[in-house]
Amino acid sequence: MTVPGDFVEEMMEDGVMALRFSGDLSMATVEDLPERLSSYDGDAQKIDLSDVGYVDTVGAWLIYRTARDIRVEIVGADPAVDQLIRTVGGVDPPTDVRPDPPNPILRILNDVGESTTIAITTFAGLVGFFGAVVGAALSLMLHPGRIRWNAVIQRFDVVGVRALGIVGLMSFLIGLVIAQQGAVQLRQFGAEVFTVNLVGRLTLRELGVLMTAIMVAGRSGSAFAAQIGTMKLTEEIDAMRTIGVSPIEALVLPRVFAAVIMLPLLGFYASVVAIIGGGVLSWVALDIPPATFFTRIREVVPITDVYVGLVKAPVFGAIIAISGCYQGMQVKGNAEQVGFRTTAAVVQAIFMVIVLDAFFAVFFTWIGWS
Amino acid sequence: MEEEQPIICVRGLHNQFGDQVIHHELNLDVGRGEILGVVGGSGTGKSVLMRSIIGLQKPQHGEIEVFGEHLLGRSEAETVDIRKRWGVLFQGGALFSTLTVAENVMVPIREFYPDMDRRFRQEVAKYKVGLSGLPPEAGPKYPSELSGGMKKRAGVARALALDPELLFLDEPTAGLDPIGAAAFDNLIKELQKTLGLTVFLITHDLDTLHAICDRVAVLADQQVIAVGTIPELLALDHPWIQEYFNGPRGRMAMPQVADGT
Repeated sequence: MTVPGDFVEEMMEDGVMALRFSGDLSMATVEDLPERLSSYDGDAQKIDLSDVGYVDTVGAWLIYRTARDIRVEIVGADPAVDQLIRTVGGVDPPTDVRPDPPNPILRILNDVGESTTIAITTFAGLVGFFGAVVGAALSLMLHPGRIRWNAVIQRFDVVGVRALGIVGLMSFLIGLVIAQQGAVQLRQFGAEVFTVNLVGRLTLRELGVLMTAIMVAGRSGSAFAAQIGTMKLTEEIDAMRTIGVSPIEALVLPRVFAAVIMLPLLGFYASVVAIIGGGVLSWVALDIPPATFFTRIREVVPITDVYVGLVKAPVFGAIIAISGCYQGMQVKGNAEQVGFRTTAAVVQAIFMVIVLDAFFAVFFTWIGWS
Repeated sequence: MEEEQPIICVRGLHNQFGDQVIHHELNLDVGRGEILGVVGGSGTGKSVLMRSIIGLQKPQHGEIEVFGEHLLGRSEAETVDIRKRWGVLFQGGALFSTLTVAENVMVPIREFYPDMDRRFRQEVAKYKVGLSGLPPEAGPKYPSELSGGMKKRAGVARALALDPELLFLDEPTAGLDPIGAAAFDNLIKELQKTLGLTVFLITHDLDTLHAICDRVAVLADQQVIAVGTIPELLALDHPWIQEYFNGPRGRMAMPQVADGT
């Protein structure tokens, strides 16, 4: 049976004030003793342990600490307890729990400096990584036998085929929403029929590819970063290098290649599904029959709109795959890094896709594809 | 008498993965205060045995008693009081990689004794780090900053967090250099003596067996085929035991050979 630990201040036979402990002193039974002992400020000269029961290292530490803090000796301990107290006392002064927190001002400066260096090194690293990927791709073109078709086909499946469902559903709904909102606004001018122009041009030029790129960045860019990051942690990448397999060739190129090929296909598919969504709404809400809708689409959408989408898509695919693989390769240390890098890969990819999309818009207008 | 009752008592344990039978009718007793070494070829189910005892692996049937209490068929909530009386060191250390060493030690304390004063909990974690033989600067470090040997010691510090009576160690010296392994053996022996621990120790390290184990249990043919001190085991003429202790590595580790007598 366990008895909670306790202590009293008591005059001993030899006329000396002592702290007399009683009961069990263990992790389960110390309860509020540590706080009570910390705030003890009596004038005991001794600690008497002759009444204590079971003592574990927590109890031993508590006794040692009290004796140290009020500078008194310990009496009446049985040999095992005495040994225990000496053992835990032997590791005093103890260690810290966390690294020392730096001075707040220094920390802010440090954070600013660190963020700046990270921004610069990330950009430089990304450019370097891009160069390495292009270099590896060129060298593979000279030695086509080294291309890992299995890996490439597998990535086609994961990045492209398995995304068909979600991309299709998303695009269909977007087409529907554009047509519906467009119809509501254009009706004010009696120009509902221009809903067809809106749906056809917007999806083929911009939204189809852009939304697909965002979806692929979330689905596949994150997966690339997490897969490669985990392989980094388990030293698989190092193992590859020592065997003479280039991780860029074996891991990065198949993914980049798959994304570059799959994004135009998915983007075009997304645009078509979005147009179908717009067509469905036009039929239901505007009484434009499908046959008329598609004839109108062919009349109002110039072929250059399709080219605009198809030119942008492979670039977006490359950005998504390269930033995913790059962030994965940067993982080192612990599991938290994998999560951090995966987030970074997706955010970086979506950000760069949107920035480049703006540049593309200006560029295509400039060359007259408007 | 409590002293005479074994701390761990396994009866008729049966473990099976698909068609592959790992343990069949396995019996084992571990007495209070002893260091029991568990040896056996790869795939004989040493780790599975340990995982069965600590409840990470549910056996098909059998009886497992720890501290005189049945464990099988009871929920996690019902066995909390038993589980906090043992500590486990996993093979790779299994430290939480996002916490510092000292914080790793605090995790079980916070989990089982949430009412303990935060400052005192930190103090407890700190001296446990020291007890496991780590230098003071190791406390605020993250596991990725530690060497293999230090990770094992940090794992021991966490296993000792609750002042357990029973310590499970899964190949603690695997991957350590001989000096580090010998120091680790000493640490276990020291802790066992000062804290009065019972130790269940899976190992392949013959030096460890000779240096610190009171008894050795041999796993083969889905059972514990023999338990005893090393001289007792040597007297048996089971081919695997003879091969194990009298093979070239076994003889090297034998104390009398090393002494040249």
